[in-house]
Amino acid sequence: MAEITMRQAISDALWEEMEKDERVFIMGQEVGVWGGTYAVTKGFYDHFGEKRVRDTPIAESAIVGGGIGAALAGLRPVTEIMTINFAFVAMDYIVNEAPKMHTMFGGQMRVPLVIRTAGGGGRQLGATHSQTPDAIFAHFPGLKVVSPGTPADAKGLLKAAIRDDNPVLFIEHAAMYQVRGEVPEGDYTVPIGVSKVQREGSDVTVVSYCRGLQLSMQAAQQLEAEGISAEVVDLRSLRPLDMGPVIESFKKTNRAVVVEEGWPSYGVGSEVVTRLYEEAFDYADAPIKRVAQKEVPLPYNQALEQSALPQVADVVAAVKEVM
Amino acid sequence: MKKKDHLELYRQMVLIRRVEERAAELYQEGKIGGFLHLYIGQEAVSTGIVSARIPEDRVITAYRDHGVAINCGISAKQVLAELLGKETGISKGRGGSMHMASVENNYWGGHAIVGAHLPIASGMALGDQYLGNKGVTICMFGDGATNIGFFHEGVNLSKVWNLPVLWICENNQYGMGTAVDRASAVEEIHMKAEGYGIPHSRLDDGMDVMKVRAKVAEALDFIRAGNGPYFLEIMTYRFEGHSMGDPQRYRDKEEVTQWEKTDPIGIYHRYLVDEKIASKADLDKIEAAVETETQEAVEFAESSPDPAMDTLFDFVYAEGN
Ligand SMILES: Cc1ncc(C[n+]2csc(CCOP(=O)(O)OP(=O)(O)O)c2C)c(N)n1
Repeated sequence: MAEITMRQAISDALWEEMEKDERVFIMGQEVGVWGGTYAVTKGFYDHFGEKRVRDTPIAESAIVGGGIGAALAGLRPVTEIMTINFAFVAMDYIVNEAPKMHTMFGGQMRVPLVIRTAGGGGRQLGATHSQTPDAIFAHFPGLKVVSPGTPADAKGLLKAAIRDDNPVLFIEHAAMYQVRGEVPEGDYTVPIGVSKVQREGSDVTVVSYCRGLQLSMQAAQQLEAEGISAEVVDLRSLRPLDMGPVIESFKKTNRAVVVEEGWPSYGVGSEVVTRLYEEAFDYADAPIKRVAQKEVPLPYNQALEQSALPQVADVVAAVKEVM
Repeated sequence: MKKKDHLELYRQMVLIRRVEERAAELYQEGKIGGFLHLYIGQEAVSTGIVSARIPEDRVITAYRDHGVAINCGISAKQVLAELLGKETGISKGRGGSMHMASVENNYWGGHAIVGAHLPIASGMALGDQYLGNKGVTICMFGDGATNIGFFHEGVNLSKVWNLPVLWICENNQYGMGTAVDRASAVEEIHMKAEGYGIPHSRLDDGMDVMKVRAKVAEALDFIRAGNGPYFLEIMTYRFEGHSMGDPQRYRDKEEVTQWEKTDPIGIYHRYLVDEKIASKADLDKIEAAVETETQEAVEFAESSPDPAMDTLFDFVYAEGN
């Protein structure tokens, strides 16, 4: 296994799928000549050419709407929305067109579309550019929502997304492209809609994904030093949501904390906690806690912004509360 | 125009340049975070525009907003303090580079979602029309912004309701790394207004503050006379990258060098001296004063306090009624 960055893992997945399948192509702002806003598609334009690496105008609706059309016409588009904050501009296509077509036309149409985007805060970009609104998108049946927390999962999940016959929103974290991790050799996929235990433990279940996974893993390490053994379950996909490993873990530890970067109200944590209560209420030894972002549009000032974002210390504190 | 008015425009342009240069340094030193989009090269555009307005005219722009902020009367201190995220910044450290506004100065920001402020501009103009105010809403945006749906919706609405909006496309030839002809079906962007029945024109001399000012004054008169919206495209060029850290693979050094010869500050300097409006000594004096002002502004910003931590939840909802 080689250790590579998140950026490299995503880039490799795209590259390999494009090499393998002529129908796969990329379109989005600055994906070509610039080499990708986060340098994920660096070198693609020169190698694959402008037919398959398409710079678009600043027109998110046209990017996703056009992606849907191209998918209907037999291609497998990988569209890119520079950051998830701009996905709101294309909201109709992401939540109201792409996820509806297969059902609404009685299974006649398929939309094998990937929408790659980067979310997350902590980079002092101000309120409109720092959001983690993943839960909103996960609300809609018909859309798959994936958000990896390790390079290995990023690569395998992106390949699975490209090969999937459904629209998949693939949410990366803008502050995680340098994160390193081991990635299996050769071609592999990671199934969408399957959660994974990233760290075994016996005292408490910490449920998370994406950036929250990083926080949770670091918290688990600190807790270990204090004699608390945390099991960390990575959701990896928000829809379909695989509660299996979460429930299994909870039945063992009887305590849980859910960690997400977005706001808690109506969030991923709300969903996971509800499901745990619905399906494993009898196993709870303590109220389940959520760790999330403070309910405020993120400020620019660094200290204020950091105080609003969930930190490792918040995870550690929440775990101690449920112990 | 009186000599003192000329000197004031010159002062504003030089001040924008110095503030941007210092901002770039502070960014390199890690004192400014997030994105930083410099206005260097485009100073004549906003300076000309804002100098032609009456106080009732609203100004709204995109995230490349520090220059416009200065023209609208926000002090260099408040701009730099905002860039440093300080409590004394114009947006109290909440907004940063992309979100500066001063309602007091009829400057409505600083908007970071490309094109999103265009329908808002139509709405502000609707407010003025509805209330019988005489102000025109001046809405500035980049060439790249004319390809997004917001643009077409906002511009169309302004004509349907005959709203007092002056649409100004600052055509600096690139939206990030994408040249106009790679993103827009028509390269003459003002022609887009034709499709909405809005009178339009293009000013090629966007590096000449006097020409910008004259053209904008004319357009504002036209709108104020009750003729509905007007669309103006102003040709300009940004000398620096899109934002800090832009490797600029999309353009030749040669092209940039060529444009730098048309530096708007140089052009105005020559004009003022050649026309004997001001002496070189007058302009030197302004430059020295701006240098001091910028230095003091940096010191003010650096020594200003961060917002208090217990103010995190301030301004989430407006208080009162
Ligand atoms: C809806 C949306 N999509 C993408 C972006 C990212 N983005 C920021 S600036 C920019 C380029 C805008 O170019 P232009 O309108 O020409 O203005 P300029 O930067 O040249 O002043 C892009 C794509 C954004 N902020 N908002």
